[in-house]
Amino acid sequence: MNPIEILRVSWEAIGRNKIRSILTMLGIIIGVAAVIIMVAISAGTEATIQENITGLGSNLIFVSSNFSRSGPPGMMMAGSSGGLVFDDAAAIAEEVDGVSAVVVEQTSSQTVKAGKTSLEEISIQGTTSGFPAVRDMKMATGRYFNEKEVDQKTKVAVLGSTLAEELFGAANPIGQVISVGSIKLTVIGVLAEKGTVGEIDYDSRLYTPITVIFEKFIDSPFARIRGDSVRMIYVKVSDTEAIDHIILQIKLLLAKRHETTLNDLDVTITTQQDVITAQGSTTSAFRSLLGWVAGVSLLVGGIGIMNIMLVSVTERTREIGIRQAVGATPSDILLQFLTEALLLSVVGGILGMLVGFGGSWIFSQASAMRTVVSPASILLAFGSAAVVGVFFGFYPASKAAQLEPIEALRYE
Amino acid sequence: MERRAVIETRDLSKVYGAGDTRVAAVDGISIRIERGEFIAVMGPSGSGKSTLMYILGCLATPSSGKYFLDGEDASNMNRRELAFIRSRKIGFIFQSYNLLARTTALRNVTLPLLYNRSLRSEAKTSDTKARRLLELVGLGDRLHHEPHELSGGQQQRVAIARALINDPVMIIADEPTGNLDSHSGEEVMRILQDLHRKEVTIVMVTHNPRIASEATRSIHLSDGRIADIVQNGK
Ligand SMILES: Nc1ncnc2c1ncn2[C@@H]1O[C@H](COP(=O)(O)OP(=O)(O)OP(=O)(O)O)[C@@H](O)[C@H]1O
Ligand SMILES: [Mg+2]
Repeated sequence: MNPIEILRVSWEAIGRNKIRSILTMLGIIIGVAAVIIMVAISAGTEATIQENITGLGSNLIFVSSNFSRSGPPGMMMAGSSGGLVFDDAAAIAEEVDGVSAVVVEQTSSQTVKAGKTSLEEISIQGTTSGFPAVRDMKMATGRYFNEKEVDQKTKVAVLGSTLAEELFGAANPIGQVISVGSIKLTVIGVLAEKGTVGEIDYDSRLYTPITVIFEKFIDSPFARIRGDSVRMIYVKVSDTEAIDHIILQIKLLLAKRHETTLNDLDVTITTQQDVITAQGSTTSAFRSLLGWVAGVSLLVGGIGIMNIMLVSVTERTREIGIRQAVGATPSDILLQFLTEALLLSVVGGILGMLVGFGGSWIFSQASAMRTVVSPASILLAFGSAAVVGVFFGFYPASKAAQLEPIEALRYE
Repeated sequence: MERRAVIETRDLSKVYGAGDTRVAAVDGISIRIERGEFIAVMGPSGSGKSTLMYILGCLATPSSGKYFLDGEDASNMNRRELAFIRSRKIGFIFQSYNLLARTTALRNVTLPLLYNRSLRSEAKTSDTKARRLLELVGLGDRLHHEPHELSGGQQQRVAIARALINDPVMIIADEPTGNLDSHSGEEVMRILQDLHRKEVTIVMVTHNPRIASEATRSIHLSDGRIADIVQNGK
């Protein structure tokens, strides 16, 4: 019997009991749709996180103060080891090989005024001159402040694109003087649009030399003795291969500078790779959970198919007998019923896929959650539906094939 | 010169059950049927007529004895081989028609071609052939009727057309007129007579002596054995 005939006969048999067939497919439909939607959500979340991480800049090492180990900042005694200071950044840049840029950040929140426009609670981000390179930021107009301006605490500002538009509209902000808190800064540049990365809207910020922040907006009791304390130093390396070596060098340097040993070092060093790996392990845990959900629903769907196929074989015993009498071999009959089970599960799979696409789309519309429907998930869902059809269809089909022609013909 | 035998059996037996329920439905039958013969098989109910037809029609295998169909030993074939031989050599007509429900006359007639491995025919040529056969049995205007839209006699004629589609070496009919009124029964008999004139070998079970008298030979069974063979001398 040729494959097209087999398909036609199976399709007619399924079409004869439309409601029953659809109810039978329901398990598969739900299973496949669930797989596609959930994989789409997890892939979407993962993609968002990945973008956030790479948005921070590539090849980054994060050096952060480890306050918990050396007590709260307020309790720190002068000269005792604890926390990063501004000069550490300069030391890393000078003494560690393979470092392409070092940047220190410190933020403050201030009211910003330009002419008659006044904006409250604008994040003022103090940085060093390496900031655009480390964070992969581009200039729209003007320029970023240089090393000399940081050293000399020059009162300049670089605006995020949104902030520039809110303050000056279409007018050119370069050269304009704005007031930030109690001081006045001259605008020297506007950054290109960056968007929101990791919940921080870089476009609505104001950037100024970190030295200006230390002097004007933050009171540091230790500044005179140990230098201004900073929360985090970002180090960009030129060669990711050498990253472990560079981390060791930074640790050795900081241990020496903070007069402590490597084991008692008061800083934590993480790389971007660590963050990605941590993220990867949580999504893989989520994935295996999804695997179970999908597996169970496909199993239930498969049992449904087996059940209905057994009913179908009994109902059509006479038909089987007639086909055998006119020359159908046991394998013809087996193939016929196997195809029918496969068709049920594959049509269920296609419907499930459509429901999955629709569901993913609705999810992305109804919530901020992003969804990515991957071809791999479609293939996986579809493939497993087909495997379920063949697996659970085999027993009913072989029962049909084993019927004796005479018994089958006598069946009423 | 001896004509070639279509059917030759030696000591054919079929036993159902065991112990107290043991029944020898067919009990040591040796017959020889030649090409072009029209055989009527008669006998009381339970005498083993249907059982013999199933074996001769390769729907079942004998418990013992030998069965040669068209020179091939069909006594020990497996189910697959039996299906092949049914497909190539046998057209079966049942008392209860056994057409596929919700399937047109034309599709019922072409059904055997789906399973025929030697006659790999195109859909178009098989349709043409099925049409010709349905015209032959007088149903040229009922091609697209489904069984529930046809009378018993018409259904049986569709079954005859179906039995002929594979060009079988013989037709086996188990009480083909058993469910029909006398008029429809006569129509069916007329078709079988026509086939007989065209040298088609026919083995037919009947309870009707008048119908049996139209055959070349009548074989009378009793308790699974041949009780009598009557030559009608035609
Ligand atoms: N599947 C079976 N299992 C057990 N016994 C059977 C089976 N089929 C037939 N028999 C027995 O074999 C004997 C012959 O049955 P068969 O159907 O061949 O008779 P028949 O001559 O065709 O009768 P009828 O004229 O009523 O159709 C009967 O005694 C019957 O009970
Ligand atoms: Mg009978």
